[in-house]
Amino acid sequence: MIDFIRMLGRWALGTLERLGRATLLLVQIITGIPELMMRFSLVVQQLFYVGVLSILIIVVSGLFVGMVLGLQGYNTLVDFGAEESLGVLVSLSLVRELGPVVSALLFAGRAGSALTAEVGLMKSTEQLSGMEMMAVDPVRRVIAPRFLAGLISMPLLAAMFSAVGILGAFLVGHGLLGVDEGAFWSQMQAKTDWYDDILNGVIKSIVFGFVVTWIALFEGYDSVPTSEGVGRSTTRTVVHSAFAILGLDFVLTALMFGE
Amino acid sequence: MTPLIKIRDLHFYRGDKAIFDGIDIDIYRGKVTAIMGPSGTGKTTLLKLIGGQLRPQRGSIVIDGEDVHKLSRKALYALRKRMGMLFQSGALLTDINVFENVAFPLYEHTDLPESMIRDLVLMKLQAVGLRNARDMMPAQLSGGMARRVALARAMALDPMMIMYDEPFTGQDPISMGTLVNLIRRVNDAMGLTSIVVSHDVDETMQIADDIYLLSGGKVIDQGTPEQLQKSGSDWVGQFLQGLPDGPVPFHYPGTEFADDLLAGEEHR
Repeated sequence: MIDFIRMLGRWALGTLERLGRATLLLVQIITGIPELMMRFSLVVQQLFYVGVLSILIIVVSGLFVGMVLGLQGYNTLVDFGAEESLGVLVSLSLVRELGPVVSALLFAGRAGSALTAEVGLMKSTEQLSGMEMMAVDPVRRVIAPRFLAGLISMPLLAAMFSAVGILGAFLVGHGLLGVDEGAFWSQMQAKTDWYDDILNGVIKSIVFGFVVTWIALFEGYDSVPTSEGVGRSTTRTVVHSAFAILGLDFVLTALMFGE
Repeated sequence: MTPLIKIRDLHFYRGDKAIFDGIDIDIYRGKVTAIMGPSGTGKTTLLKLIGGQLRPQRGSIVIDGEDVHKLSRKALYALRKRMGMLFQSGALLTDINVFENVAFPLYEHTDLPESMIRDLVLMKLQAVGLRNARDMMPAQLSGGMARRVALARAMALDPMMIMYDEPFTGQDPISMGTLVNLIRRVNDAMGLTSIVVSHDVDETMQIADDIYLLSGGKVIDQGTPEQLQKSGSDWVGQFLQGLPDGPVPFHYPGTEFADDLLAGEEHR
C-alpha cells in the first residue's frame, strides 16, 4: 500500500516536473520568435518538411473520408427524402469536426513523429550541444522555426482536408448516387456559416497545431539521448498528441457550440 | 604567467555520486594541456563545466578573467564564441554538407560577404586537408574525417582555445597520426590554447605540454610527460603502462568469488 502511494507520488512529481520543463521550453520558443522574423528562411525551410510533405497523406485521407461521408450520409438522408441536404451534412461535419481533428491526428503521426525523431537524434548525436558551444541557441535556431512551421501548416492542412473531403463527397453523391448538383452546393453555401462553422474550425486547427508541435518538439528536446530513448519519445508524441487532440476537441466544441 | 583557465576547488555531483571532489587545474596560454584518466572519471563533464553547459555545486572556473558560472547568458555566449569544442562524435549537423558545416558559425555570428566566407571556409578546410571533401555530407565521412571537419569548424571563428573530447578514440593508425599532428600544429600555428581530454596514453604524451591525471574525482598527479613517467606512484605507473591489475583492481569490488560459488542457487 505504502509502495503504491509512493509510486503514485513519484509519478505525479515526475509529470509535474515534465510539465514545468515543457512550459519553460515553450516560453523560450516564444521569446525567440521575434528574432526569427528576421530570418524567415529558416521557417520556410521547415514549412516544406512539416507542411508540404504532409500534403499527400492529408489529401488522400481527406478524399476517402469525404467519399465515405457521402455514402453514409446519403443512405441516412434518403430515408427522409432529404438527400439534397447531403452537401450541408458533409460540409458541416468536415469543417467543424473531422477536418481539424482527423488532419491533426494525421499530422501528429506524419510530422509530429518526424519532428521528435529528428530533434531527439540531433540531441543524441550532440548536435544540439555542439550548437550551444558554438554560441548558437538550439532552441532559437532549431526548435522555434519548427514550432512556427507546425503552427502555420496545421490550419492550412485542415482546410485542404475539408476541401478535398467535400469534393470526395460530391463525387460520390452527385456522380455515383445522383444527388442534384445545384441543391448540393447551394444548400451548403446557405447553411455553412463563415463565423460559426469555418472560423471555429480554423481556431480548432490552430490550437491542435500548437499542441501537437509543442508536444513533438518537447519530446524530442527532452528525450533520453539513446536509440531506445528516442524511440520511446516518438511513441509518446503520437500517443499524447492523440489524447490532447481528442480531449481538447471536446472542450473546444463545448465552448463553441454548447449553449 | 597567469593561466588562461583557472579551476579552483571544483565540486560536481550527479545525484549522490561525486564526479569532482575539489579539483584545482591551471591551463596556460599557448600550451596543450591534457586531462587524462580512466573512463568514467568525468573528463567530458569537465569540458562541459568549462563551456558553461553544466554548473558545479561548488568552486569556480575562471577563463581569461571571467568566472564562467557567474556570467549572464549573453556574456556566456560571447565567451563561447572565443572557445571551440570538438566533440567525440564530431557533432556535425547532418542535414548540411561539409562546407556549410564549417561556414555555420560564420553565418550565425558574422555579416561577412559570401565571397569572404567562402575563402575563410576553404582556408580552414585546407588546414585540415579536406578542402576537396567540401561537398560531401557528414554521413559520407569516416570518423577521422568527421573530426577533422569539426576541427575546421571549431577554428572558424579564430577562437582563443579549443577543447578536444577524446579525439583519438576509435581511429585507425593513419587518422590517429593525422589528428595528433593536427592538434599540435594548429595549436602552435594559431597561437591557441588546447585542452585534450583523452585516455590514449601514447598519443597524448606525444603532444601534451602539461598533463593532469584524474581519478575518483581528484587530481592524482600532474606535470610534464617526462615528470609523470618518472613518478613513483603505483597508480600513475599502472595507468601509463596500461597494466591490468594494480591499485585499480581488475575485479569490480564486491563479494569474494569463493563466497559466491558456495552460496548455492538461491543467491544469484
